Amino acid sequence: MSIAVNGDASSSGWQNQYYHVDQVLDRPGPRTDPSFLAGDGVKDFLRNQCKILVIGAGGLGCEILANLALSGFKDIHVIDMDTIDISNLNRQFLFRQKDVGKPKATVAAEFVMNRVPGVKVTPFYGKIQDKDEDYYMQFNLVICGLDSVEARRWINATLVNMVDPENPESLKPLIDGGTEGFKGQARVILPTITSCYECSLDMLNKQTAFPICTIANTPRLPEHCIEWASVLEWPRVFKDKKMDTDDPEHINWLYNTASKRAREFNIEGVTWSLTQGVVKNIIPAIASTNAIIAASCCNEAFKIATSSAAYLNNYFMLIGTEGVYSYTFEHEKRDDCPVCGGQTMDITISRDWTVDRLIEMLVERQDIQIKKPSLSTPTTHIYFQAPPQLEEATRPNLEKKVSELVDDGGEMTVTATTLPFSLSIRIKYT
Amino acid sequence: MIKIWSMKKNEDAAAKKKPKTSAAQIRVQKDLTELELPSTMKTNFPDLADLLNFTLTITPDEGMYKGGAFNFSFNINTNYPHEPPKVKCTQTIYHPNIDLEGNVCLNILREDWKPVLNLNSVMVGLQYLFLEPNADDPLNKEAAEELRRNREHFIYNVKHAMRGGNVKGVQYDKVLV
Ligand SMILES: [Zn+2]
Repeated sequence: MSIAVNGDASSSGWQNQYYHVDQVLDRPGPRTDPSFLAGDGVKDFLRNQCKILVIGAGGLGCEILANLALSGFKDIHVIDMDTIDISNLNRQFLFRQKDVGKPKATVAAEFVMNRVPGVKVTPFYGKIQDKDEDYYMQFNLVICGLDSVEARRWINATLVNMVDPENPESLKPLIDGGTEGFKGQARVILPTITSCYECSLDMLNKQTAFPICTIANTPRLPEHCIEWASVLEWPRVFKDKKMDTDDPEHINWLYNTASKRAREFNIEGVTWSLTQGVVKNIIPAIASTNAIIAASCCNEAFKIATSSAAYLNNYFMLIGTEGVYSYTFEHEKRDDCPVCGGQTMDITISRDWTVDRLIEMLVERQDIQIKKPSLSTPTTHIYFQAPPQLEEATRPNLEKKVSELVDDGGEMTVTATTLPFSLSIRIKYT
Repeated sequence: MIKIWSMKKNEDAAAKKKPKTSAAQIRVQKDLTELELPSTMKTNFPDLADLLNFTLTITPDEGMYKGGAFNFSFNINTNYPHEPPKVKCTQTIYHPNIDLEGNVCLNILREDWKPVLNLNSVMVGLQYLFLEPNADDPLNKEAAEELRRNREHFIYNVKHAMRGGNVKGVQYDKVLV
């Protein structure tokens, strides 16, 4: 019997590179999905067909890329907009001192390709918002290792919007990992089917904000001095110039300004890294938390790609602040979620109908119970009930035909006091 | 690959493809179109297509700021309502809770903001600042001090500043209607 050992990097391929992984792919188990194709079928899919996108090549991203490459994904893409900073090197282990200043995505991709034979990693140095639906459509799976709420909301909404009921391939499972100090979570989002990122936004820890008058008058903490510099002094001194928290010169200015303030009030503890931490709202990243969460994300990606075992339904949470505690539960989809919830109603009307007539019909419908609806499309404000200036500006649209403003099959967003959030209607013409 | 799409999916879920209006955009539409502003408050949109940037004018009809028109800029970002709108007074006014740069000390604009609050809550909060200026949360310390020490004289200063006068070396903007 041959036992595979970890190969060394200098050899051009490992003996039995996938020996251990194959143990779970060569035969079905009690928990495998009925669609599981033991042996060559599943291996071929994982290694020759499956295309996976990793968003973020930072603390989580480095771990995710290494795990995916070692578990047999061979067509990996990675997006990251950042360059390597010296402070990343303690945990972002694909980077070395010589890489400081280079794009994370590119360096990470090269490192993984050099280290793991047969894996192709395609980097993109830029923003996720630079890419369109066609780009995201090419992947089977997406894994996020991001530290920004805004970026997560964007990719979540994009993947939910991409789901086309006519095309099963348009549904891209999203595996989202996140860490904050000793806490972390991994979750599986099946856009439109399970709860999405937006559904759970209210579970986020609120970022601490200090009362502005405390900052202005009675600072006691180093954070108060830093906020004074960034919230009050920056706009006063630089007027409309935008503060860029990624620009070291801007952080320097804030650090110096906050230090001066701290000296005036005899406050200790303003440092450069605290300044950066406060303005970027950074919670210190911990390598072991990243490792656990990344492992969990990649485990889910592997199970979904191979159907070799049941995948996470749908939220895994890790709390390592006191001991190590983890909990798995099903986070529920919210009906009033602005991204995946709400209803889309099909409404069929004649091409001659005016907006006014449509509104009258919406108000009369017993099944939706709305009063005073306001209507818009992604590009046009069709009719707004208030405030007066917008009501006046949109009033001429009441006389226009709906078909002049909305294409056949086009959607409208309806808001009204009686609706908890909004209603989407899809207009069809007879 | 797991066959997600063969999962028993109900017709409704499949029909839930949403338009590409952003969540923030929809929420702002809801907030704005449900505003029921009293005659003392008026919004103005310099660009009618842009709901995320506008101004609010408050013309108090009682209290010591009666007779003035106070302008605030509202900037809403794509993280709304998970982040509060950014609100600034665009004039230099004499008020204990508003500094000379236009920063406003209103708890719901910072530490007490919650996504269940809306633009109406912020506007009502701003209007309240003109009815009940508060010496305990000063941003303009001189003004707060004056309000605490000598209310009569504070009111005199308010009136003087509103006419575009100079109070303790600071030139204030004329805000009379
Ligand atoms: Zn949702």
